[in-house]
Amino acid sequence: MSKKILIVDDEPNIVISLEFLMKKEGFAVAVACDGEEALAKVASFAPDLILLDVMMPKKSGFEVCETLRSDPANAGMLIVMLTAKGRDTEVAKGLALGADAYVTKPFSTKDLVARVKTMLGIV
Amino acid sequence: MKRANPTRQRLAALGLLGVPLLTYPLLSLPSGELGGIPATYLYLFGVWAGLIVLAAWVAERRK
Amino acid sequence: MLSGWFIALLATAYLGLLFAVARFGDARADAGKSIISANVYALSLAVYCTSWTFYGSVGRATSGGLSFLTIYIGPTLMLLCVGVIIKMIRISKAQRITSIADFIASRYGKSQLLAGMVTVIAVIGVVPYIALQLKAMAASVDVLLEHSGGSFQVLGLDSTFLIAVVLALFSILFGTRHLDATERHEGMVAAVAFESVVKIVAFMAVGIFVTYGMFGGLGDLFQRAAASADLGRLLQLDSSRAGTWTALIILSGLAIIFLPRQFQIIVVENVDESHLKRAVWLFPLYLLLINIFVLPLALGGLLHFDGQGINPDTFVLTLPLARGAEVLALLAFIGGLSAATGMVIVETIALSTMVCNDLVMPILLRSTGNFVEKRNDLSGLLIGIRRAAIALILLLGYIYFRAAGEAYALVGIGLISFAAVAQFAPAMFGGMYWKQGTRAGAVAGLLAGFLVWLYTLLLPSFAKSGWMTSGFVENGLFGIGWLKAQALFGLAGLDEISHCLWWSMLANIGAYVAVSLNTKPDAVEASQAERFVDVFRFDSRNTEARLWRGKASPDALVQLLERFLGAARARQQLAAYAGSRGAEHWGNLPADADFVQFAESELAGAIGSASARVMVASVAQEEDLGLEEVLDILDEATQVRAHSRELEAKQRELEAATTELRDANDRLRELDRMKDDFISTVTHELRTPLTSIRALSEMLHEDPRIDLADRTRFLGIIVNEAERLTRLINQILDMAKLESGRAEWTTSEVDMGEVVRESMASLEQLFREKDVALEGDIPSGLPFVLADRDRLTQVMINLLSNAVKFVPGGTGRVQVRVAGSAGLVRIEVRDNGPGLTPEECVVIFEKFRQGGNTMTDKPQGTGLGLPISRQIVEYFGGNLWVESEPGAGANFIFTVPLPAPDDNSGRQVA
Repeated sequence: MSKKILIVDDEPNIVISLEFLMKKEGFAVAVACDGEEALAKVASFAPDLILLDVMMPKKSGFEVCETLRSDPANAGMLIVMLTAKGRDTEVAKGLALGADAYVTKPFSTKDLVARVKTMLGIV
Repeated sequence: MKRANPTRQRLAALGLLGVPLLTYPLLSLPSGELGGIPATYLYLFGVWAGLIVLAAWVAERRK
Repeated sequence: MLSGWFIALLATAYLGLLFAVARFGDARADAGKSIISANVYALSLAVYCTSWTFYGSVGRATSGGLSFLTIYIGPTLMLLCVGVIIKMIRISKAQRITSIADFIASRYGKSQLLAGMVTVIAVIGVVPYIALQLKAMAASVDVLLEHSGGSFQVLGLDSTFLIAVVLALFSILFGTRHLDATERHEGMVAAVAFESVVKIVAFMAVGIFVTYGMFGGLGDLFQRAAASADLGRLLQLDSSRAGTWTALIILSGLAIIFLPRQFQIIVVENVDESHLKRAVWLFPLYLLLINIFVLPLALGGLLHFDGQGINPDTFVLTLPLARGAEVLALLAFIGGLSAATGMVIVETIALSTMVCNDLVMPILLRSTGNFVEKRNDLSGLLIGIRRAAIALILLLGYIYFRAAGEAYALVGIGLISFAAVAQFAPAMFGGMYWKQGTRAGAVAGLLAGFLVWLYTLLLPSFAKSGWMTSGFVENGLFGIGWLKAQALFGLAGLDEISHCLWWSMLANIGAYVAVSLNTKPDAVEASQAERFVDVFRFDSRNTEARLWRGKASPDALVQLLERFLGAARARQQLAAYAGSRGAEHWGNLPADADFVQFAESELAGAIGSASARVMVASVAQEEDLGLEEVLDILDEATQVRAHSRELEAKQRELEAATTELRDANDRLRELDRMKDDFISTVTHELRTPLTSIRALSEMLHEDPRIDLADRTRFLGIIVNEAERLTRLINQILDMAKLESGRAEWTTSEVDMGEVVRESMASLEQLFREKDVALEGDIPSGLPFVLADRDRLTQVMINLLSNAVKFVPGGTGRVQVRVAGSAGLVRIEVRDNGPGLTPEECVVIFEKFRQGGNTMTDKPQGTGLGLPISRQIVEYFGGNLWVESEPGAGANFIFTVPLPAPDDNSGRQVA
């Protein structure tokens, strides 16, 4: 059974590109365009890994990450934070809140795919 | 240098106000009577009581 | 029932009660829990109200009507000059003043001569006043005894003498139990406050009984009096006596602070300056209350005893007795006893301190130096002298009563005393406020005033009672007409008190000022003058110490203190002083100026400043500081003060500068933080489109097998995002130009209607594509505005494209209205989109802040359009804002002002 990936971003064009990229690699993909929708999709879709944008309306990526990590049921879920802000403090904050990796926009598609695969143990 | 104390100045001003009010020629103004009591008697005690009330107000109020 | 013994027992019991109150007060003071509160202090001032007030005022009112009130109005007005009294208290505390004689002597160079003079004047002046108390008490006892038909005699002595003896014993018990360093008697003050309550209760009880019990109230009394020609006169003021009225107010105003007992209570016994705040109104209130029933009592007595020859001074007793109210009469008797004892005790204690410190001690110290040297502990001797002085003063009072008492009514006697103590006024006030006043001036003034008083008031009072020939009163001294004692230099037509006040003050002030201006003060005088006049500024102990230079032996100083204070008290004070200087034992202290200063001020508390100075001088070899040197030191102290004030001012300036710098720094830091935030936000905005572009182009590049439809879609997104990036960069640069003021503006006459129409036309396609209705209400003939046409078009297009972005396709509707009104052109762009919350109405004008969920059209918004538009509109002096509510659409409005009227007259668009 293929691994499931949830893509969360408020930029539709980024969602389009990530969705295409991940589907092409054979992952099952679901998308959400804000933090609240992301939490709902986590419950229904039960992804193995989340690509989570930081700057979003309604609920920021940090908040989503914190909420997910507070529930032990999601302990095995991998979270990759995506951000267009590259400050060190943001990276540190994301990792402190329980994210497994931090990727700065714009990213190399090759690197991102390799990273996701490594994290999911598919090499 | 100590600055002039406003409470003391107000009290002194009251004292200065009292002098003309309680001496002649103002004293000869009240005449006749009110409710059987001579106006002079009422005037003297009235002004005096007024000064006391004002002094109490000035001296005792909190800053 | 009212037998002599019963009255004597009652009186003794009451005095015992007073004594118990005093012991209680002393005990509490010794335990450090003073019972002297502001209220107790204010009530103790009522020692001013003596038998004179209690019995005499009524008597006075029977002849003078309302004029008795002057004696209470004067003090009311004087007390309001709190500043003067506080200054007296400050000086007294700083200089360890124990009496009014000490005060004057200390001010004029610690002069023993002046101290003695003031004491003599005070004693002679106040003796009649004490006689008045004896007379009133004798009369009150007589009234009670007469009523019961009894009599009271012990060893054949008359009751007045017995009363004087009892009062002397009580005063001695009260005041001279021990020798206080500060001459403070808290127990006595407490007892006086207590008796003040008793006498006002007693007097008002009688007043209410007579007014409402014997007559039908105030109105009834006054009307019955008005019906009689004789009594009706008492209800009106006699304006021909205006001069007397004013003179008595002045006299009593001076008496309230200069009578020895008043000075004692107000100044010496004051424990806390703030108590004055209460006294300033509570004491006048007391005076007012105790006087309300004086005139009614006088009228009542005259109406009731019409023609029976009853002494009006005894109406307070005889009226209740006439109605058989014996208990009330006894209460009145106790009240009168209270008033008299309170006065006598405080007055004799104050006078005995003066007599001992300022009269007897200097004589002892001077004439029989050996005698003093032989005794080790002099504190017992001091107390002995004071006790003897009390007895002597009461004896003098008794003698005066026998000699002149019968000729005068109570009030008449009291006023003689008032006029005597008024002689202190020039030296006191001058001493407190005029540095040039000298010792010689004070001596001259006091002497002149006192002699005039003696000649015009005291001696005539003896003459009136037949004690001496009255020739100098009737015909003038040696038969010289203009020396008539009570019409000096032909000044007739005044009453004797005003006459004396006028002449004595003229002589006193004249001599004081004239002699002061023509004499030079010596060093001690000059330094004391500084300390008195500048007491609020002069608190540096350092300067005090520098004003003394010489050699002293510490043992001699300690011995001196032990001899005058008693060994126990001296050691206690020395230990405290050593502690304050950080030494373990006083034996380790050097006998420097500071130590000498301490010893002298301790001694001053016990024997007065003048004697203290003499005593210290006897054991210490003081180098004589010249006047010049003293003035130099004082000058220097003043300069140091001025210098330190300058330093303080500099300090404040520096602090202000530091604060400004800190603020500027904070502002810079804030700007730095804002710049940082801005860059971070711009980075984010630039990276977002780049992300899509990079991801999609990498995929297209690496995988040639992507089908055509996706390929076209991806390329479309890439183009859009590249456009967005371009727009973003342009707008950021635009914003930066606007903000830094480097933008280029081409100002010309612009027809707003045309700008709006053109903008609408250019976006027509966009609206049609989204199926949104665009309506315009643009009148022609609008006035020109002076602005940059392209910039205004930019604003208009920004608002229109915002509107079309937020309205739903199909039902969307955007209305544009242009209107010219007073001095400006107003443009509205109204849509029927989702609307904005009040917070959003504000934030949308901030950079990179967009309203609502812009998910659907995100690539088009940069978050800079509205901030740029606002900058443009504001550049031309207009405003841009939004009016909106959630669900009700948004209305963006901007205004552009018209040029000043003289610029555009006749430039209407045709």
